[in-house]
Amino acid sequence: MQDGSVIMAGKPLVSIVSAGLSKFGRRDNVYARELFVEAVSEVFERCPNLDPKKDVKALFVGHMGEGYEHQGHTGPTLADWAGLLPCASVRTESACASSGVALRLGVMSVLSGLYDIVMVGGTEKMTHRTTAEATEYLAMASDYPFEQWNGITFPGLYALIATAHMNRYGTTERQLAQVAVKNHKHGALNPKAQIQKEITLEQALSSRVIAWPLKLLDCSLITDGASCAILTKPELAKKFTDTPVHILGLGQASDAIGLYEREELTSLKAAKLAAKQAYEMAGVKPEDIDLAEVHDCFTIAEILAYEDLGFCKPGEGGKLAEEGVTTLGGRLPVNSSGGLKSKGHPVGATGVAQAYEIFLQLTGQAEKRQVDGAECGLAHNVGGSGATATVHIFRRG
Amino acid sequence: MAETRPTFGIECFYRFIGEGKLMAAKCNKCGEILLPPRPICNKCYSKDLNWVELKGRGKLLTYTIIHVAPKQFETLAPYAVGIVKLDDGPQLLGMIRGVELDKLKVGMNLTIDFEKASSTPATQWPTWPRYYFKQ
Repeated sequence: MQDGSVIMAGKPLVSIVSAGLSKFGRRDNVYARELFVEAVSEVFERCPNLDPKKDVKALFVGHMGEGYEHQGHTGPTLADWAGLLPCASVRTESACASSGVALRLGVMSVLSGLYDIVMVGGTEKMTHRTTAEATEYLAMASDYPFEQWNGITFPGLYALIATAHMNRYGTTERQLAQVAVKNHKHGALNPKAQIQKEITLEQALSSRVIAWPLKLLDCSLITDGASCAILTKPELAKKFTDTPVHILGLGQASDAIGLYEREELTSLKAAKLAAKQAYEMAGVKPEDIDLAEVHDCFTIAEILAYEDLGFCKPGEGGKLAEEGVTTLGGRLPVNSSGGLKSKGHPVGATGVAQAYEIFLQLTGQAEKRQVDGAECGLAHNVGGSGATATVHIFRRG
Repeated sequence: MAETRPTFGIECFYRFIGEGKLMAAKCNKCGEILLPPRPICNKCYSKDLNWVELKGRGKLLTYTIIHVAPKQFETLAPYAVGIVKLDDGPQLLGMIRGVELDKLKVGMNLTIDFEKASSTPATQWPTWPRYYFKQ
Protein backbone atom coordinates (compact mmCIF):
# COMPACT_ATOMS: atom_id res chain seq x y z
CA MET A 1 0.00 0.00 0.00
CA GLN A 2 1.45 3.31 -1.07
CA ASP A 3 0.45 6.75 0.20
CA GLY A 4 -2.86 5.37 1.47
CA SER A 5 -4.13 5.21 -2.10
CA VAL A 6 -5.85 1.86 -1.73
CA ILE A 7 -8.06 2.85 1.18
CA MET A 8 -8.86 6.24 -0.30
CA ALA A 9 -9.49 5.42 -3.97
CA GLY A 10 -12.27 7.64 -5.28
CA LYS A 11 -13.49 8.82 -1.89
CA PRO A 12 -13.93 12.58 -1.29
CA LEU A 13 -11.13 13.48 1.10
CA VAL A 14 -11.92 17.09 1.77
CA SER A 15 -14.40 19.57 0.28
CA ILE A 16 -13.92 23.10 -0.97
CA VAL A 17 -17.01 25.05 0.07
CA SER A 18 -15.92 28.51 -1.01
CA ALA A 19 -13.14 30.19 -2.98
CA GLY A 20 -12.04 33.72 -3.75
CA LEU A 21 -9.60 35.54 -5.97
CA SER A 22 -8.46 39.15 -6.09
CA LYS A 23 -8.30 40.90 -9.43
CA PHE A 24 -4.92 39.94 -10.93
CA GLY A 25 -2.68 42.52 -12.53
CA ARG A 26 -0.71 45.61 -11.70
CA ARG A 27 -2.28 46.75 -8.45
CA ASP A 28 -0.73 50.04 -7.38
CA ASN A 29 -0.78 51.32 -3.82
CA VAL A 30 -1.99 48.13 -2.19
CA TYR A 31 0.01 45.59 -0.23
CA ALA A 32 0.03 41.78 -0.37
CA ARG A 33 -2.11 41.57 2.76
CA GLU A 34 -4.74 43.88 1.26
CA LEU A 35 -4.88 41.79 -1.90
CA PHE A 36 -5.41 38.77 0.33
CA VAL A 37 -8.30 40.51 2.10
CA GLU A 38 -9.87 41.07 -1.33
CA ALA A 39 -9.79 37.32 -2.01
CA VAL A 40 -11.00 36.56 1.52
CA SER A 41 -14.01 38.89 1.11
CA GLU A 42 -15.15 36.90 -1.90
CA VAL A 43 -14.78 33.70 0.12
CA PHE A 44 -16.98 35.08 2.89
CA GLU A 45 -19.58 36.47 0.46
CA ARG A 46 -19.89 33.10 -1.25
CA CYS A 47 -20.32 31.35 2.08
CA PRO A 48 -22.76 33.27 4.34
CA ASN A 49 -23.17 30.34 6.74
CA LEU A 50 -19.51 30.47 7.66
CA ASP A 51 -18.68 32.24 10.91
CA PRO A 52 -15.00 32.92 10.22
CA LYS A 53 -13.86 33.71 13.74
CA LYS A 54 -15.60 30.68 15.17
CA ASP A 55 -15.25 28.18 12.34
CA VAL A 56 -11.83 28.73 10.74
CA LYS A 57 -9.24 27.02 12.89
CA ALA A 58 -6.11 27.39 10.79
CA LEU A 59 -4.67 29.33 7.87
CA PHE A 60 -2.10 27.91 5.41
CA VAL A 61 -0.90 30.62 3.08
CA GLY A 62 1.61 30.58 0.24
CA HIS A 63 4.01 33.49 -0.16
CA MET A 64 7.36 33.32 -1.89
CA GLY A 65 9.36 36.46 -1.31
CA GLU A 66 9.95 38.55 1.79
CA GLY A 67 12.04 40.78 -0.48
CA TYR A 68 9.13 42.28 -2.38
CA GLU A 69 7.68 44.14 0.62
CA HIS A 70 10.39 43.64 3.21
CA GLN A 71 7.84 41.53 5.07
CA GLY A 72 8.28 38.09 6.52
CA HIS A 73 6.14 36.24 9.07
CA THR A 74 3.28 36.27 6.61
CA GLY A 75 1.10 33.65 8.35
CA PRO A 76 -0.08 35.69 11.33
CA THR A 77 -0.02 38.94 9.32
CA LEU A 78 -2.59 37.53 6.92
CA ALA A 79 -4.58 35.78 9.68
CA ASP A 80 -4.88 39.17 11.37
CA TRP A 81 -5.92 41.06 8.23
CA ALA A 82 -8.39 38.30 7.32
CA GLY A 83 -9.96 38.71 10.77
CA LEU A 84 -9.07 35.18 11.83
CA LEU A 85 -6.99 35.77 14.96
CA PRO A 86 -6.14 33.81 17.03
CA CYS A 87 -6.30 30.83 14.67
CA ALA A 88 -3.13 28.88 13.90
CA SER A 89 -1.37 30.24 10.83
CA VAL A 90 1.66 29.44 8.74
CA ARG A 91 3.21 30.67 5.54
CA THR A 92 4.44 28.05 3.09
CA GLU A 93 7.32 28.73 0.72
CA SER A 94 7.94 26.38 -2.19
CA ALA A 95 8.74 29.00 -4.83
CA CYS A 96 5.95 29.14 -7.43
CA ALA A 97 4.29 26.11 -5.82
CA SER A 98 3.94 27.86 -2.46
CA SER A 99 0.16 27.76 -2.37
CA GLY A 100 -0.15 24.38 -4.09
CA VAL A 101 1.68 23.23 -0.99
CA ALA A 102 -0.54 25.40 1.26
CA LEU A 103 -3.59 23.71 -0.26
CA ARG A 104 -2.04 20.31 0.34
CA LEU A 105 -1.23 21.11 3.97
CA GLY A 106 -4.78 22.35 4.46
CA VAL A 107 -6.15 19.11 3.06
CA MET A 108 -3.81 17.10 5.27
CA SER A 109 -4.78 19.05 8.38
CA VAL A 110 -8.48 18.34 7.83
CA LEU A 111 -7.81 14.70 6.87
CA SER A 112 -5.81 14.26 10.06
CA GLY A 113 -8.90 15.13 12.07
CA LEU A 114 -7.16 18.02 13.80
CA TYR A 115 -9.37 20.69 12.20
CA ASP A 116 -12.88 20.66 10.75
CA ILE A 117 -12.50 23.87 8.76
CA VAL A 118 -9.39 25.65 7.50
CA MET A 119 -8.53 28.45 5.10
CA VAL A 120 -5.85 28.07 2.43
CA GLY A 121 -4.57 30.74 0.10
CA GLY A 122 -1.66 32.74 -1.18
CA THR A 123 -0.60 36.26 -2.02
CA GLU A 124 2.21 38.12 -3.73
CA LYS A 125 2.81 41.79 -4.55
CA MET A 126 5.44 42.04 -7.27
CA THR A 127 4.85 44.86 -9.76
CA HIS A 128 6.10 47.73 -7.60
CA ARG A 129 9.58 46.28 -8.11
CA THR A 130 11.53 46.76 -11.33
CA THR A 131 11.47 43.82 -13.75
CA ALA A 132 15.16 43.26 -12.95
CA GLU A 133 14.43 43.03 -9.22
CA ALA A 134 11.38 40.80 -9.67
CA THR A 135 13.35 38.52 -11.97
CA GLU A 136 16.17 38.33 -9.46
CA TYR A 137 13.76 37.31 -6.67
CA LEU A 138 12.22 34.66 -8.93
CA ALA A 139 15.68 33.31 -9.74
CA MET A 140 16.08 32.51 -6.04
CA ALA A 141 13.93 29.45 -6.79
CA SER A 142 16.97 28.03 -8.58
CA ASP A 143 20.32 26.87 -7.23
CA TYR A 144 22.51 29.84 -6.27
CA PRO A 145 26.07 28.46 -6.29
CA PHE A 146 25.81 26.31 -9.40
CA GLU A 147 23.08 27.96 -11.49
CA GLN A 148 22.60 31.66 -10.70
CA TRP A 149 26.33 32.14 -10.14
CA ASN A 150 27.01 30.83 -13.65
CA GLY A 151 24.78 33.32 -15.40
CA ILE A 152 21.59 31.35 -15.88
CA THR A 153 18.29 33.18 -15.42
CA PHE A 154 14.91 31.73 -14.50
CA PRO A 155 13.60 31.91 -18.09
CA GLY A 156 17.00 30.47 -19.05
CA LEU A 157 16.34 27.29 -17.08
CA TYR A 158 13.08 26.66 -18.93
CA ALA A 159 14.88 27.57 -22.16
CA LEU A 160 17.34 24.74 -21.41
CA ILE A 161 14.34 22.41 -21.04
CA ALA A 162 12.85 23.77 -24.28
CA THR A 163 16.07 23.20 -26.25
CA ALA A 164 16.31 19.65 -24.92
CA HIS A 165 12.64 18.98 -25.79
CA MET A 166 12.96 20.46 -29.27
CA ASN A 167 16.13 18.50 -29.91
CA ARG A 168 14.72 15.18 -28.69
CA TYR A 169 11.17 15.36 -30.01
CA GLY A 170 11.18 18.00 -32.72
CA THR A 171 8.94 20.36 -30.75
CA THR A 172 8.85 23.71 -32.52
CA GLU A 173 8.90 27.37 -31.48
CA ARG A 174 5.59 27.63 -33.32
CA GLN A 175 4.05 24.99 -31.04
CA LEU A 176 5.32 26.89 -28.00
CA ALA A 177 3.75 30.06 -29.39
CA GLN A 178 0.47 28.21 -29.84
CA VAL A 179 0.28 27.65 -26.09
CA ALA A 180 0.64 31.40 -25.55
CA VAL A 181 -2.03 32.19 -28.15
CA LYS A 182 -4.45 29.71 -26.54
CA ASN A 183 -3.93 30.99 -23.01
CA HIS A 184 -4.41 34.61 -24.06
CA LYS A 185 -7.58 33.56 -25.86
CA HIS A 186 -8.83 32.07 -22.60
CA GLY A 187 -7.60 34.99 -20.49
CA ALA A 188 -9.56 37.39 -22.69
CA LEU A 189 -12.70 35.72 -21.27
CA ASN A 190 -11.61 36.07 -17.63
CA PRO A 191 -12.53 39.39 -16.00
CA LYS A 192 -9.91 38.83 -13.29
CA ALA A 193 -7.06 38.14 -15.70
CA GLN A 194 -4.11 40.54 -15.90
CA ILE A 195 -4.12 40.65 -19.72
CA GLN A 196 -7.58 40.23 -21.23
CA LYS A 197 -6.38 40.44 -24.79
CA GLU A 198 -5.82 37.89 -27.51
CA ILE A 199 -2.48 37.68 -29.27
CA THR A 200 -1.59 36.28 -32.69
CA LEU A 201 0.88 33.55 -33.51
CA GLU A 202 2.96 36.09 -35.43
CA GLN A 203 3.12 38.42 -32.42
CA ALA A 204 4.24 35.56 -30.19
CA LEU A 205 6.88 34.37 -32.65
CA SER A 206 8.25 37.85 -33.30
CA SER A 207 8.37 39.04 -29.69
CA ARG A 208 11.86 39.78 -28.43
CA VAL A 209 14.09 36.95 -27.30
CA ILE A 210 14.51 36.65 -23.52
CA ALA A 211 16.44 33.38 -23.32
CA TRP A 212 16.51 31.61 -26.67
CA PRO A 213 14.43 29.71 -27.68
CA LEU A 214 12.00 31.48 -25.32
CA LYS A 215 10.65 34.86 -26.27
CA LEU A 216 8.78 37.49 -24.26
CA LEU A 217 5.40 35.99 -25.15
CA ASP A 218 6.53 32.54 -24.02
CA CYS A 219 6.90 33.92 -20.49
CA SER A 220 4.23 34.29 -17.81
CA LEU A 221 3.60 37.65 -16.19
CA ILE A 222 4.81 39.55 -13.15
CA THR A 223 1.60 40.01 -11.23
CA ASP A 224 -0.01 41.25 -8.03
CA GLY A 225 -2.74 39.01 -6.71
CA ALA A 226 -4.13 36.75 -4.03
CA SER A 227 -6.21 33.59 -3.77
CA CYS A 228 -8.18 31.88 -1.04
CA ALA A 229 -10.41 28.84 -0.34
CA ILE A 230 -12.21 27.19 2.55
CA LEU A 231 -11.73 23.47 3.13
CA THR A 232 -13.84 21.23 5.31
CA LYS A 233 -14.76 17.60 5.85
CA PRO A 234 -17.07 16.24 3.13
CA GLU A 235 -19.76 15.46 5.72
CA LEU A 236 -19.86 19.13 6.80
CA ALA A 237 -19.80 20.59 3.29
CA LYS A 238 -23.58 20.80 2.75
CA LYS A 239 -23.85 23.03 5.80
CA PHE A 240 -22.08 25.73 3.81
CA THR A 241 -23.02 25.16 0.18
CA ASP A 242 -25.25 23.06 -2.07
CA THR A 243 -22.43 22.81 -4.59
CA PRO A 244 -19.17 21.77 -2.93
CA VAL A 245 -16.16 20.60 -4.89
CA HIS A 246 -14.46 17.53 -3.48
CA ILE A 247 -10.74 16.84 -3.54
CA LEU A 248 -10.30 13.16 -4.41
CA GLY A 249 -6.57 12.88 -4.67
CA LEU A 250 -3.36 14.77 -4.07
CA GLY A 251 0.31 14.27 -4.73
CA GLN A 252 3.57 16.02 -4.12
CA ALA A 253 7.19 15.18 -4.89
CA SER A 254 10.60 16.85 -4.83
CA ASP A 255 13.57 16.78 -7.15
CA ALA A 256 17.09 18.25 -7.09
CA ILE A 257 16.91 22.05 -7.05
CA GLY A 258 19.55 22.17 -9.78
CA LEU A 259 18.20 21.36 -13.22
CA TYR A 260 21.69 20.19 -14.18
CA GLU A 261 21.49 17.35 -11.63
CA ARG A 262 18.42 15.75 -13.21
CA GLU A 263 18.67 12.59 -15.30
CA GLU A 264 15.82 13.74 -17.51
CA LEU A 265 15.65 17.24 -18.99
CA THR A 266 12.53 16.78 -21.12
CA SER A 267 10.09 16.06 -18.29
CA LEU A 268 9.66 16.97 -14.63
CA LYS A 269 10.03 13.82 -12.56
CA ALA A 270 8.48 15.43 -9.47
CA ALA A 271 5.37 16.31 -11.48
CA LYS A 272 5.08 12.79 -12.88
CA LEU A 273 5.35 11.32 -9.39
CA ALA A 274 2.87 13.81 -7.90
CA ALA A 275 0.41 13.00 -10.70
CA LYS A 276 0.80 9.26 -10.16
CA GLN A 277 0.05 9.65 -6.45
CA ALA A 278 -2.97 11.86 -7.10
CA TYR A 279 -4.45 9.65 -9.84
CA GLU A 280 -4.09 6.52 -7.69
CA MET A 281 -5.59 8.19 -4.65
CA ALA A 282 -8.49 9.59 -6.66
CA GLY A 283 -9.05 6.35 -8.57
CA VAL A 284 -9.14 8.25 -11.86
CA LYS A 285 -7.11 8.17 -15.05
CA PRO A 286 -5.86 11.00 -17.26
CA GLU A 287 -8.72 10.32 -19.71
CA ASP A 288 -11.26 11.00 -16.90
CA ILE A 289 -10.09 14.61 -16.53
CA ASP A 290 -12.49 17.16 -18.06
CA LEU A 291 -10.31 20.21 -17.57
CA ALA A 292 -7.00 21.15 -16.00
CA GLU A 293 -5.14 24.17 -14.73
CA VAL A 294 -1.44 23.58 -15.29
CA HIS A 295 1.69 25.52 -14.40
CA ASP A 296 2.48 27.42 -17.61
CA CYS A 297 5.19 29.68 -16.18
CA PHE A 298 6.67 29.35 -19.67
CA THR A 299 4.97 27.87 -22.72
CA ILE A 300 7.31 24.87 -22.70
CA ALA A 301 6.18 24.12 -19.13
CA GLU A 302 2.60 23.61 -20.32
CA ILE A 303 3.79 21.19 -23.01
CA LEU A 304 5.74 19.27 -20.36
CA ALA A 305 2.64 19.28 -18.14
CA TYR A 306 0.53 17.59 -20.86
CA GLU A 307 3.11 14.81 -21.04
CA ASP A 308 3.87 14.51 -17.31
CA LEU A 309 0.15 14.34 -16.48
CA GLY A 310 -0.45 11.63 -19.08
CA PHE A 311 -2.68 13.76 -21.35
CA CYS A 312 -0.48 12.55 -24.22
CA LYS A 313 2.65 10.49 -24.75
CA PRO A 314 6.10 11.96 -24.07
CA GLY A 315 7.07 14.15 -27.00
CA GLU A 316 3.53 14.73 -28.23
CA GLY A 317 2.72 17.79 -26.09
CA GLY A 318 3.50 20.25 -28.86
CA LYS A 319 1.12 18.47 -31.20
CA LEU A 320 -1.63 18.50 -28.55
CA ALA A 321 -1.39 22.29 -28.33
CA GLU A 322 -1.29 22.62 -32.12
CA GLU A 323 -4.40 20.51 -32.65
CA GLY A 324 -6.53 22.63 -30.32
CA VAL A 325 -7.32 19.72 -27.99
CA THR A 326 -6.55 21.91 -24.97
CA THR A 327 -8.36 25.03 -26.21
CA LEU A 328 -11.83 25.83 -24.81
CA GLY A 329 -14.21 23.79 -26.93
CA GLY A 330 -11.56 21.06 -27.34
CA ARG A 331 -11.61 17.64 -25.71
CA LEU A 332 -9.53 18.67 -22.69
CA PRO A 333 -9.43 22.43 -22.06
CA VAL A 334 -6.27 23.44 -20.21
CA ASN A 335 -5.89 26.75 -18.41
CA SER A 336 -9.39 28.02 -19.09
CA SER A 337 -8.51 30.86 -16.68
CA GLY A 338 -5.81 32.10 -19.04
CA GLY A 339 -3.15 30.38 -16.96
CA LEU A 340 -0.05 32.03 -15.57
CA LYS A 341 0.53 33.37 -19.08
CA SER A 342 -2.52 35.61 -19.33
CA LYS A 343 -4.36 35.52 -16.00
CA GLY A 344 -1.02 36.24 -14.34
CA HIS A 345 1.42 34.67 -11.90
CA PRO A 346 1.58 36.24 -8.44
CA VAL A 347 3.82 33.36 -7.44
CA GLY A 348 2.62 32.66 -3.89
CA ALA A 349 -1.04 32.87 -4.96
CA THR A 350 -0.88 30.67 -8.04
CA GLY A 351 -1.56 27.19 -6.63
CA VAL A 352 -4.81 28.15 -4.91
CA ALA A 353 -5.73 30.42 -7.86
CA GLN A 354 -5.70 27.27 -10.00
CA ALA A 355 -8.01 25.56 -7.48
CA TYR A 356 -10.26 28.65 -7.64
CA GLU A 357 -10.69 28.23 -11.41
CA ILE A 358 -11.47 24.52 -11.00
CA PHE A 359 -13.98 25.43 -8.25
CA LEU A 360 -15.74 27.91 -10.56
CA GLN A 361 -15.76 25.44 -13.46
CA LEU A 362 -17.08 22.49 -11.45
CA THR A 363 -19.80 24.64 -9.87
CA GLY A 364 -20.87 26.12 -13.23
CA GLN A 365 -19.75 29.67 -12.41
CA ALA A 366 -17.05 30.23 -15.02
CA GLU A 367 -19.36 32.31 -17.25
CA LYS A 368 -17.96 32.90 -20.75
CA ARG A 369 -15.26 30.28 -20.31
CA GLN A 370 -17.47 27.60 -18.76
CA VAL A 371 -16.63 24.03 -19.76
CA ASP A 372 -20.07 22.46 -20.07
CA GLY A 373 -20.69 19.39 -17.99
CA ALA A 374 -17.28 19.43 -16.33
CA GLU A 375 -17.19 16.83 -13.53
CA CYS A 376 -13.54 16.19 -12.86
CA GLY A 377 -10.68 18.72 -12.77
CA LEU A 378 -6.96 18.69 -12.10
CA ALA A 379 -4.53 21.34 -10.84
CA HIS A 380 -0.76 21.07 -11.41
CA ASN A 381 1.53 23.53 -9.62
CA VAL A 382 5.31 23.58 -10.05
CA GLY A 383 8.02 25.28 -7.99
CA GLY A 384 11.28 26.47 -9.54
CA SER A 385 12.47 24.45 -12.52
CA GLY A 386 10.61 21.44 -11.15
CA ALA A 387 12.13 20.77 -7.72
CA THR A 388 8.60 20.93 -6.27
CA ALA A 389 5.37 19.74 -7.86
CA THR A 390 1.89 19.32 -6.47
CA VAL A 391 -1.14 17.79 -8.18
CA HIS A 392 -4.72 17.89 -6.91
CA ILE A 393 -7.74 16.14 -8.43
CA PHE A 394 -11.23 17.58 -7.90
CA ARG A 395 -14.75 16.33 -8.53
CA ARG A 396 -18.08 18.15 -8.54
CA GLY A 397 -19.92 17.39 -5.29
CA MET B 1 48.76 20.53 14.68
CA ALA B 2 47.12 17.91 12.51
CA GLU B 3 45.96 19.11 9.14
CA THR B 4 42.21 19.58 9.03
CA ARG B 5 40.54 17.30 6.54
CA PRO B 6 39.04 19.40 3.75
CA THR B 7 35.30 19.71 3.97
CA PHE B 8 33.34 18.17 1.15
CA GLY B 9 31.21 21.09 0.08
CA ILE B 10 30.68 24.19 -1.98
CA GLU B 11 33.42 26.34 -0.47
CA CYS B 12 36.13 23.76 -1.18
CA PHE B 13 34.75 23.08 -4.65
CA TYR B 14 35.18 26.72 -5.60
CA ARG B 15 38.59 26.96 -3.88
CA PHE B 16 39.73 24.17 -6.22
CA ILE B 17 38.13 25.99 -9.18
CA GLY B 18 40.32 28.96 -8.23
CA GLU B 19 43.31 26.62 -8.53
CA GLY B 20 42.17 25.48 -11.98
CA LYS B 21 40.86 22.08 -10.89
CA LEU B 22 37.42 20.53 -11.23
CA MET B 23 37.16 18.40 -8.10
CA ALA B 24 34.33 16.14 -6.98
CA ALA B 25 33.79 13.87 -3.99
CA LYS B 26 33.87 10.15 -4.71
CA CYS B 27 32.00 7.87 -2.34
CA ASN B 28 34.28 5.01 -1.32
CA LYS B 29 31.31 2.85 -0.41
CA CYS B 30 29.05 3.02 -3.48
CA GLY B 31 31.36 4.66 -5.99
CA GLU B 32 29.05 7.61 -6.71
CA ILE B 33 30.77 10.78 -7.88
CA LEU B 34 29.20 13.71 -6.05
CA LEU B 35 29.23 16.95 -8.01
CA PRO B 36 28.69 19.31 -6.28
CA PRO B 37 30.66 17.62 -3.51
CA ARG B 38 28.65 17.22 -0.32
CA PRO B 39 29.40 16.01 3.21
CA ILE B 40 27.34 12.80 2.98
CA CYS B 41 26.70 10.62 -0.06
CA ASN B 42 23.07 11.19 -1.02
CA LYS B 43 22.90 7.75 -2.66
CA CYS B 44 24.11 5.55 0.24
CA TYR B 45 24.59 7.98 3.20
CA SER B 46 28.27 7.11 3.58
CA LYS B 47 30.67 9.74 4.93
CA ASP B 48 33.65 7.82 3.56
CA LEU B 49 34.52 10.16 0.69
CA ASN B 50 37.59 11.05 -1.39
CA TRP B 51 38.41 14.06 -3.53
CA VAL B 52 38.86 13.13 -7.18
CA GLU B 53 39.90 15.42 -10.01
CA LEU B 54 37.61 15.23 -13.03
CA LYS B 55 38.84 15.69 -16.59
CA GLY B 56 36.02 18.13 -17.26
CA ARG B 57 35.36 17.00 -20.83
CA GLY B 58 31.92 16.11 -22.04
CA LYS B 59 29.00 16.60 -24.39
CA LEU B 60 26.54 19.49 -24.48
CA LEU B 61 23.12 18.20 -23.40
CA THR B 62 21.21 21.44 -23.90
CA TYR B 63 21.82 25.18 -24.07
CA THR B 64 20.18 28.58 -24.11
CA ILE B 65 21.26 32.02 -25.22
CA ILE B 66 20.60 34.58 -22.54
CA HIS B 67 19.54 37.92 -24.00
CA VAL B 68 18.02 39.45 -20.86
CA ALA B 69 20.71 39.00 -18.23
CA PRO B 70 20.99 39.75 -14.53
CA LYS B 71 22.77 43.03 -13.82
CA GLN B 72 26.16 41.45 -13.10
CA PHE B 73 26.16 39.69 -16.50
CA GLU B 74 24.58 42.45 -18.62
CA THR B 75 27.79 43.38 -20.41
CA LEU B 76 28.23 39.78 -21.60
CA ALA B 77 24.75 39.40 -23.15
CA PRO B 78 23.87 37.70 -25.39
CA TYR B 79 25.80 34.75 -24.01
CA ALA B 80 25.34 30.98 -23.95
CA VAL B 81 24.75 28.75 -20.94
CA GLY B 82 24.54 24.99 -21.19
CA ILE B 83 24.41 21.74 -19.28
CA VAL B 84 27.30 19.41 -20.02
CA LYS B 85 27.29 15.66 -19.42
CA LEU B 86 30.86 15.03 -18.32
CA ASP B 87 32.67 11.88 -19.45
CA ASP B 88 33.47 11.51 -15.73
CA GLY B 89 29.77 10.90 -15.05
CA PRO B 90 28.11 13.94 -13.49
CA GLN B 91 26.44 16.88 -15.24
CA LEU B 92 27.37 20.51 -14.75
CA LEU B 93 25.87 23.83 -15.79
CA GLY B 94 28.13 26.59 -17.04
CA MET B 95 28.61 29.46 -19.43
CA ILE B 96 29.96 28.52 -22.84
CA ARG B 97 32.60 30.89 -24.16
CA GLY B 98 34.57 31.19 -27.35
CA VAL B 99 31.99 29.42 -29.51
CA GLU B 100 30.00 31.50 -32.00
CA LEU B 101 26.40 31.42 -30.84
CA ASP B 102 25.09 30.05 -34.13
CA LYS B 103 27.68 27.25 -34.05
CA LEU B 104 26.34 25.80 -30.80
CA LYS B 105 24.88 22.33 -31.18
CA VAL B 106 23.45 19.79 -28.77
CA GLY B 107 25.92 16.91 -28.58
CA MET B 108 29.04 18.98 -29.31
CA ASN B 109 32.19 18.30 -27.27
CA LEU B 110 33.11 20.88 -24.65
CA THR B 111 35.87 21.18 -22.05
CA ILE B 112 35.95 23.05 -18.79
CA ASP B 113 38.26 26.02 -18.39
CA PHE B 114 38.91 28.39 -15.53
CA GLU B 115 38.96 32.13 -15.22
CA LYS B 116 42.27 33.58 -14.20
CA ALA B 117 40.62 36.40 -12.28
CA SER B 118 36.97 37.08 -11.52
CA SER B 119 35.44 39.04 -14.39
CA THR B 120 32.57 40.32 -12.31
CA PRO B 121 32.73 42.86 -9.52
CA ALA B 122 32.46 41.45 -6.01
CA THR B 123 29.14 43.07 -5.25
CA GLN B 124 27.45 39.87 -4.20
CA TRP B 125 27.80 37.45 -1.38
CA PRO B 126 29.51 35.11 -1.68
CA THR B 127 32.02 35.57 -4.46
CA TRP B 128 33.67 32.52 -5.91
CA PRO B 129 36.11 31.98 -8.78
CA ARG B 130 34.46 31.00 -12.05
CA TYR B 131 34.67 28.14 -14.48
CA TYR B 132 33.18 27.96 -17.95
CA PHE B 133 33.06 25.63 -20.94
CA LYS B 134 34.93 26.02 -24.23
CA GLN B 135 35.28 23.96 -27.36
